[in-house]
Amino acid sequence: MSYSRKSAQNALLYPRKAMPEKFVAETVRQIPPSGIRKFFDLVLEMDGVISLGVGEPDFVTPWHIREACIYSLEKGVTSYTSNYGLLELRELISNCYKKEHGVNYDPKSDVLVTTGVSEAADLAFRAMIDPGDEVIVPEPCYVSYKPSVSLAGGKPITVPTYQENEFRITAEQIRKSITKKTKAIVLSYPNNPTGAVMRRRDLEEIADVVTENDLVVISDEVYGKLTYDGAHTCFSSLSGMRERSIILNGFSKSHAMTGLRLGYAVGSEPLIAAMTKIHQYAMLCAPVTAQMGGVEALKNGDGEMQKMVREYDRRRRLVVSSLNKMGLDCFEPMGAFYAFPSVKSTGLTSEEFAERLLKEQKVAVVPGNVFGECGEGYLRCSYATSREDLVEALSRIEAFLDSL
Amino acid sequence: MKEILEILESNPRIEPGEIATMIGITEAEAASKIKQLEKKGIIRKYKTVIDWEKAGEEYVYAMIEIKVALRSRTGYDAIAERIAKFPEVRSVRLISGGHDLSLTVRGRSMKEVAFFVAEKIATLEQVQGTVTHFVLRTYKEDGDVLFEKERSERLAVSP
Repeated sequence: MSYSRKSAQNALLYPRKAMPEKFVAETVRQIPPSGIRKFFDLVLEMDGVISLGVGEPDFVTPWHIREACIYSLEKGVTSYTSNYGLLELRELISNCYKKEHGVNYDPKSDVLVTTGVSEAADLAFRAMIDPGDEVIVPEPCYVSYKPSVSLAGGKPITVPTYQENEFRITAEQIRKSITKKTKAIVLSYPNNPTGAVMRRRDLEEIADVVTENDLVVISDEVYGKLTYDGAHTCFSSLSGMRERSIILNGFSKSHAMTGLRLGYAVGSEPLIAAMTKIHQYAMLCAPVTAQMGGVEALKNGDGEMQKMVREYDRRRRLVVSSLNKMGLDCFEPMGAFYAFPSVKSTGLTSEEFAERLLKEQKVAVVPGNVFGECGEGYLRCSYATSREDLVEALSRIEAFLDSL
Repeated sequence: MKEILEILESNPRIEPGEIATMIGITEAEAASKIKQLEKKGIIRKYKTVIDWEKAGEEYVYAMIEIKVALRSRTGYDAIAERIAKFPEVRSVRLISGGHDLSLTVRGRSMKEVAFFVAEKIATLEQVQGTVTHFVLRTYKEDGDVLFEKERSERLAVSP
């Protein structure tokens, strides 16, 4: 049954009178619905669609992790955990940061386990923003930062990044956007949707701006493990930045655990304590089954993860080279699992291109403008899809281009 | 090199050009590396996994455990190599535990397999005894699951 028919039937089954609009808070009314959602509804109405529109791995959570979750359920591990999360998990996270980035976080006070990275981001904004505070958000970026800042009473100040600069934000751009009200900067590299990564020296320049202007950084590094050339630089590993940053990370992308909702924040004590205060009242703790899976992932998950990363890397090269060959200019993404080709040469807008591609060739991609104005003229193509589907989708895109 | 092998192991029909793109070398380099791997015998052969049952062809498989009495001065290799010569025998392995050799035998019917074991294997001088286990269903073969693959029910578009 098609989506529209289903919703029409629902309206018949559950007739209702709408509530007055005023019951919804003004701040919430002012937030536009996610552009992805609109596209999602379109896709649902069609059959035989190959989707490159997905922001999650195509791998199922590795079996040993699922097995650990199941075993914990069998043992009856179903109660609340500490608000901070299981101590064992926090210790493992703390060890990771020490070993991989040389940063020390006390598992007892500097690590907070959350229900996905999205919650961690929301907590960080709410914990640091006073009404009217400005937060610098480089775009294109993940769709939730701007609304989360607004909902926390802050004002998102977006800064565009460009393909010419490989979608990196520069210290100079940040410096120009700083006002008296600026409180924080959001960094999210490797980046969704562009696949851009920051080099160490780019980050060091930004760190200087942060210190000079007494700011704090929220660095969403959930794609950190998916870095294809060289190692990921954790922002808090830069000199002086441990006390000026909250690092967000999680298991969704690195261990294919999206639906289990498991993320965490590491940072300095006063902010982590403040975030925990909100988390304690709003969420209490992250789901214990997911936390048990997280323990297994950090203990024994490296091998499976490396295997997934190698596979993404191969698909990345395949997709980027094919897109460039068919004339869609695509810069080489060095992280995450997205390619961000330009469709400007076709004369179509992102949305026109994506909508026609879906209707005429049944390939779903996400129009780049969904991730910020400067994403206009681009598409987000996820290569977290099997090689066979990728090859088919690419040949359909080529057929679509030929038909223009 | 390991990368090329991993890719070919998962799908031998991927062209050298595509492999080259995937791992960031030129097509000529990929082709010559594959040639080398074939020449050295690291790539033994390219095979296809077939669901014969679906194709309407009945085959019966059995695992045979064999207890071997070694004759003086010949090891397991001699008897194993001899058994391996039968085309009915699909695999021969020396194993630890209660038995010595483990075979997989394929035939058109249970009777055919049973007779083959009784006439050709059990009668060998070094074979002390055999135990035949008929395969009822194969769930996973050489790393490939043969039942419906797990499909994650992902939404078609997500942030």
